Amino acid sequence: MEKKSIGLLAVGICAATLMFLATPVKAQVTQYDEDKRLDMESHVDGITGHARDGAPLYGRYCIGCHGEIGDGNGDNAPWMEPFKPRNFTLGIFKCRSTPTGTLPTDEDLYNTIGRGLNTSNMPHWIALTKQERANLVAYVKHFSPRFATEKPGTPIQIPQEPQITADRIKAGRAVFERVQCWKCHGVTGRANGPSASTLTDDFGNPDPAFNFHDETRFKCGTSDSDLYKIFMTGLDGSPMPSWSDNIKPDEAWDLVFYLRTLQPQKSKAKEIAAPLHLTPVNPNALPGGQ
Amino acid sequence: MLSPFGQQFKDNGYQLGNDRDSPIYQSPAYWPVAFRITPNWHLETNNHVVVDGPDGPNSVIKDVKTQGFDYTGMDMLTAGTLSRNVSFLLVPSSDETGAFHFESANVRFDNLLHSPWFNIKVGKFELDNLLSEKRILTLSNNGGFYQNYHFQPWVAPGVSEAAYVFGLGDNQLGVEWMGHSFNDRTRVSAALLEGTDGNPDWINGAGQAAGRGYEGYFAASQAFEVKGLGMQRVGGFAYIGQSPTFARFTNDGAGIPGTGIGNQSYYRVGLIGMWYVKKFDFTTMYFYGHDSAYLGTNTVAGDPLPDGSHAPAWNGALFETHYTFNKQMIFINRYELIRMSQQALDTNPGDLGNVDALTFGFRYYPFINSRAGFAFQNEYSIVWQKNVVVNPTTGTSDLTSSSLLFGFDFAF
Repeated sequence: MEKKSIGLLAVGICAATLMFLATPVKAQVTQYDEDKRLDMESHVDGITGHARDGAPLYGRYCIGCHGEIGDGNGDNAPWMEPFKPRNFTLGIFKCRSTPTGTLPTDEDLYNTIGRGLNTSNMPHWIALTKQERANLVAYVKHFSPRFATEKPGTPIQIPQEPQITADRIKAGRAVFERVQCWKCHGVTGRANGPSASTLTDDFGNPDPAFNFHDETRFKCGTSDSDLYKIFMTGLDGSPMPSWSDNIKPDEAWDLVFYLRTLQPQKSKAKEIAAPLHLTPVNPNALPGGQ
Repeated sequence: MLSPFGQQFKDNGYQLGNDRDSPIYQSPAYWPVAFRITPNWHLETNNHVVVDGPDGPNSVIKDVKTQGFDYTGMDMLTAGTLSRNVSFLLVPSSDETGAFHFESANVRFDNLLHSPWFNIKVGKFELDNLLSEKRILTLSNNGGFYQNYHFQPWVAPGVSEAAYVFGLGDNQLGVEWMGHSFNDRTRVSAALLEGTDGNPDWINGAGQAAGRGYEGYFAASQAFEVKGLGMQRVGGFAYIGQSPTFARFTNDGAGIPGTGIGNQSYYRVGLIGMWYVKKFDFTTMYFYGHDSAYLGTNTVAGDPLPDGSHAPAWNGALFETHYTFNKQMIFINRYELIRMSQQALDTNPGDLGNVDALTFGFRYYPFINSRAGFAFQNEYSIVWQKNVVVNPTTGTSDLTSSSLLFGFDFAF
């Protein structure tokens, strides 16, 4: 290479270095000691996740939606409808195995990252390694001071799933009527109940009800026990409350079986319910009916 | 190269898989299109170029150096879903003169039979290369492509193969089946392709009439986790092609497109590994190529081969390293080599066409967001080719070409 070329190369390197040095440094985000919070760990399935190792992963995969300081105000957030990215700084999470109002377990967060949140813009990150997901859990936790001062809630006890029967499905329909699931989810589960159009999350963003008629997967899982957990723990921050004070564990399983009959996919519940010719609940015949 | 998530997103037909991938869930104002171009300044040097001289045309060997401001071709990238599990990619591209062609135009059907193992893509698309030439990080004239992907042996010094032009990095026309495990660790694909190197209207990359004959590409890879280092991936690929050597019908001496016959075969196979060690990532590739003796000597099938002719064959290797200093700065280094193991003609020098190519540089992203892309590209590339120039005075000469490029690569 000639001297002239080397000179040009040097100019290019200098220009890039100046631009690099001129880049604004990361803003101080809260009063909490960022460095100390980066000591946060997670413990999942025998793996220890480290927030410091999660930082570059977060910067690559998560920052666009959840934002640099984890407040849910990433570049993409304004265009996300209807569900906005989670604000991690509050320590409020929808998908938990723990009672409403409590922090989720590390495993809850790990499962959410791996599974994604169906019907939202949060994809599943199963392509990342277990260690990487565990590191991300630790980094997500580091955003909220709650994780430094509180312990996660104790996961709710889920009794063993009973045998599904026609009587249980009918009992589940009665629970659906009694606790007025239909007000949001609609009498046939199409998310068109009388309250559906008014639903917002704790931050004032629209937060529509789950459409059982069209969707096969729930926001927080796919299994019967996942569904059980959803209405017994509630989806914190959303209009979906915890029903653990109103529904007994045995009734919860009945409700699970009935809700399965509203979904589009084939299931044992639908098979058993077919000859029952169950009619949708009649809001006018119910207390609080419209 | 794609991250594990990016690879999975692509393999899932650019879908997140959250039951919200159909465009009916997008804002009506959203138009999924991006434009990409790179204004630049570059310096090109070529030694041993045959130029006109006092003794007539092509009578002198000179070093030729050019430099100045320039710009690249432009890509218009548009991709998205047409419906759930039906997605598209359309990339109209122009060269720097504004002449347009379609770089990609395909539709894909994903998760057929509710299985990630059944995905079909039809149209013009990039082969299932783990090392993508379309996502290459280098842009200069000498470093903006992979030598191994495009190498074809020389018939003799100064004489190229004439029957066909093929590049493993070029987008091709056809249909591809691709399958992958749910977490994308295991990937396999097979493609049935038109033998035109991606060109339409049954004219191949050499401007010759293509014929009736399909080509095949097969690829498979497996990712695995190394504790403390993350995901690594190894794979293999094979391209089996054929090229007509003459046209059955001609018009004013030119072959009528699609009437090429006298097919002769060629193939390329390779192994690839992609390794991640903290802020470093390495790509290693072994490559083997083979052409029919007819293709290698520009002989029409059925005619006698020249004395001392052979099916040319060669080995190649690639080592590419990236160092991600931080998310805004990435350093790039690549070394490729190609070594002929069998020349097409006994009269050729044994090292005719051997290639060494070195590229290094860095890309700096002053800002990063999901709505626009902008990088300051700095790159130097040099390529050495053995004995490919016919020297009027000394017989043959090596050709050394280099590029120095500073550019602003932007997309919006």
